[in-house]
Amino acid sequence: MHTLSVKEMSEKLRNKEITSVALTQHYLDRIDQYDGDLNAYVTVTPELAMEMAKQADDMIAEGKGGLLTGIPVAHKDIFCTLDVKTTCGSKMLDNFIAPYDAKVVEESRKLGMPILGKTNMDEFAMGSSSESSYYGATKNPWDLKAVPGGSSGGSAAVIAAGLAPLATGSDTGGSIRQPASFCGITGIKPTYGAVSRYGMIAYASSFDQGGPMTRSAEESAWMLDVMAGFDERDSTSLEQPKQDYVSTLNNDIKGLKVGVPAEYFEAGLDEGVESNIRAAIAELEKLGAEIVEVSLPNKELAVPAYYVLAPAEASSNLSRFDGVRYGYRCENPTDLNDLYTRSRSEGFGAEVKRRIMVGAYALSAGYYDAYYLKAQKLRRMVRDDFVKAFEQCDVIVGPVAPTPAFNIGEKSDDPVSMYLADLYTIPVNLAGMPAMSVPAGFSNGRPVGLHLVGPYHSEAKLLNVAHQYQQVTNWHQQMPESYQ
Amino acid sequence: MTWEVVIGLEIHAQLTTKTKIFSGSSISYGAEPNTQANLLDLGMPGQLPVLNKAVIPKAIKLGLAIGAEIGRRSVFDRKNYFYPDLPKGYQTSQFSFPIVDKGGVVEIEVEGETKKIGVTRAHLEEDAGKSIHDAFPGQTGVDLNRAGTPLLEIVSEPDMRSAKEAVAYAKKMHELVQYLGICDGNMQEGSFRVDSNVSIHKPGTPFGTRAELKNINSFKFIEQAIELEIERQIEVLESGGQVVQETRLYDADKNETRSMREKEEANDYRYFPCPDLLPVVITEEDIEAVRAEMPEMPDAKRKRYVADFNLSDYDAAFLTGSRAMAEYFEAVVAKTNEAKVSANWVMGELSKSLNQNGLDVADSPVSADMLAGLIERIQDNTISGKIAKQVFDAMLSGEGSADEIVENKGLKQITDSSAIEALVDDVLANNTAQVEAYKGGQEKMFGFFVGQVMKASQGQANPAQVNQILKDKLK
Repeated sequence: MHTLSVKEMSEKLRNKEITSVALTQHYLDRIDQYDGDLNAYVTVTPELAMEMAKQADDMIAEGKGGLLTGIPVAHKDIFCTLDVKTTCGSKMLDNFIAPYDAKVVEESRKLGMPILGKTNMDEFAMGSSSESSYYGATKNPWDLKAVPGGSSGGSAAVIAAGLAPLATGSDTGGSIRQPASFCGITGIKPTYGAVSRYGMIAYASSFDQGGPMTRSAEESAWMLDVMAGFDERDSTSLEQPKQDYVSTLNNDIKGLKVGVPAEYFEAGLDEGVESNIRAAIAELEKLGAEIVEVSLPNKELAVPAYYVLAPAEASSNLSRFDGVRYGYRCENPTDLNDLYTRSRSEGFGAEVKRRIMVGAYALSAGYYDAYYLKAQKLRRMVRDDFVKAFEQCDVIVGPVAPTPAFNIGEKSDDPVSMYLADLYTIPVNLAGMPAMSVPAGFSNGRPVGLHLVGPYHSEAKLLNVAHQYQQVTNWHQQMPESYQ
Repeated sequence: MTWEVVIGLEIHAQLTTKTKIFSGSSISYGAEPNTQANLLDLGMPGQLPVLNKAVIPKAIKLGLAIGAEIGRRSVFDRKNYFYPDLPKGYQTSQFSFPIVDKGGVVEIEVEGETKKIGVTRAHLEEDAGKSIHDAFPGQTGVDLNRAGTPLLEIVSEPDMRSAKEAVAYAKKMHELVQYLGICDGNMQEGSFRVDSNVSIHKPGTPFGTRAELKNINSFKFIEQAIELEIERQIEVLESGGQVVQETRLYDADKNETRSMREKEEANDYRYFPCPDLLPVVITEEDIEAVRAEMPEMPDAKRKRYVADFNLSDYDAAFLTGSRAMAEYFEAVVAKTNEAKVSANWVMGELSKSLNQNGLDVADSPVSADMLAGLIERIQDNTISGKIAKQVFDAMLSGEGSADEIVENKGLKQITDSSAIEALVDDVLANNTAQVEAYKGGQEKMFGFFVGQVMKASQGQANPAQVNQILKDKLK
């Protein structure tokens, strides 16, 4: 059943060829069988999943619900899930049972999508390899020696390995796209504000954006339709009608202007990645797209700006984890200061502590102008690059990451080289524009993702381009042999 | 050269909203601990603030009332510090771009002299919760009911030169926020909190190091605390010491200020714009809409009372002492068309009885309508002024309207001349000696006859008629 597309599952559910109970049980069985090695789930929720599956079958029998009713889903462990442990990959929240549903979870629950569990991630979404999780590294289903990318590595791995048909992720500096690229799946980071952040544990609020992680662009369109929409509980939620992501999927892309920035093909780009991306661009050309050269001259500024701004916001966002009201508290605190110091020292991992310190430093008196304000200026320059480029083209393409998945442990002692793994994805988060990763081949047996970036509110266009590309390629249908 | 005192005040006025500034929790006072704290107030992961838009026009009102610039694009910032009653680890406030910007001025009067005090700014922020140190032995309790209560922090220039000026300014601001209807002014419940920054220096030299006096909940104590702090600083400096920048608490029982003994390292709050909230953009139309709803300000009201109602400065000041008082008075006048008589009643019997019962005019058992009804009966001679006091007391104890009481108690004034004549005749017949004395030139006896007639009528005879008839009969 796990080799079916979600569209096929949906049809079979509504034709009563299969039940949600059977489908959900199938995935739970696969999780049992495979997740021991992969470590993609932090929490599996079989009872909740089966109860929801029964309800979904009732809904389908009564002709209620929608296209995704009865299709199971895995949520990144960053989304608060009522009565379910929600850890954000941290020891700090190892004992935290969320008292409410995130908007994204609430919507999927309303629709009757059984929750299989919560997926592993870099602690507080800070990382590009899912190695910094308190629950141990998630492995890449294509090669257990490789990382699945991060921070949404668990969600990418469960899609790639067929341990869930649909998953949610979040992307602050590339955390949906880079793991999607490393695991050979499709993922979209929508325009900032398209998906409500209500109930999504904050890392860097002005960048954080939830999105779907699926096998195909069509499935991403369906899932994004569930996740997106105005939410009055999030002040930065976009107050405009949701796009129709689905009905435009089949539009042809003749005359589409595809921008290729020279800056995305410079030194440091893996040869295998480059040749796959060039081939994908040629494929788009065959579909009638027109290739234009564009420039993003300030690309180099993006990573430094991001690593000031995101930690600055994080240093404040993570202050609430103080051991007072919930979460980890050190044993036998001697006084208030001791309670704070030890709870936070013992509850947070190294990368989280590093970013809190960097962020607090960037905001401190005497340094604010030189770091925080300067970085905000760079952020505007990077955004202006994109705005200008989109005067000449409809979408920008390039690689998602400079290399395919690297090995576990390869970069974990070298934060800067880890940070540079996101040099193509971060600029898009600075701009707040939508972008996708679409499977586009393999380099040395590890998947390569094509990066599609669009101007604000162009999700439907990006999904359309990706879907058309997936009509003439089958990279997105490949599954690692041992999970077939 | 003598020391010059320099005082600036920071006033936290709690805005009169139903719910908190960023969450839907109630802000009503006195609830059981933590019963008015929702997921956001508890600082739960993933929770996001949503601005309660009701605070915006309230802040604009203050800005307009003091003639300040309104921040057209004000920004919420995070003030980061750790404390158990601060659940998020930061307080959402406004730092670089406050909603009420520079230019505000308030006029005070001290010992007959008027003085202008500058208002630097006023910004919106959320209150913290409360730490409770005495409920659990060896532990501190946290009550988050107050966390997120909307505050307007009004910051003055260091323009005050004495404790009296500081208190005059604080009282003026207290009156203003209540007039504007943006704060209930309740100092006991902490709805209006005054922090005083006090320093001394020799004129012509830079300002001295200041100490901050916090959490003093009455004007009297503010004045005492500042006086004490001035004395203390003079003593410290004149004995060769240095004033330390610190927060000091005022102990009313011991009548002393003392250091809170906090380590006074320069706090670095790492302010930065809150990425969860959009800037507040205020248009010209927004400002005009608020302006259209602005109540008459106390100074303007006072001038109008003197000019239009012919009241004395003292009366006008008394009657405009609070917005509720002025509204009451104006409601009475609207019915009676008699400003002076109405003023006498409001300032006299009414205020006396309210004081005795510890009531605010807004909670008066005798409504403006009822009092006007009483005054009308005096005006149309249904009752005398003396009987009116009796009727007023009956109204106070809830016996109904003036008309009902007059009717039920049979207090209606006797205006029938023949009935009064009969009473007068009786009195004169029974007091022949006094009549003789009067006729012999002891004109003071006239009052005696009036008193006797009134007594015989149980106070109900019309005094003017009694006078007239007596005069005629005694000719």
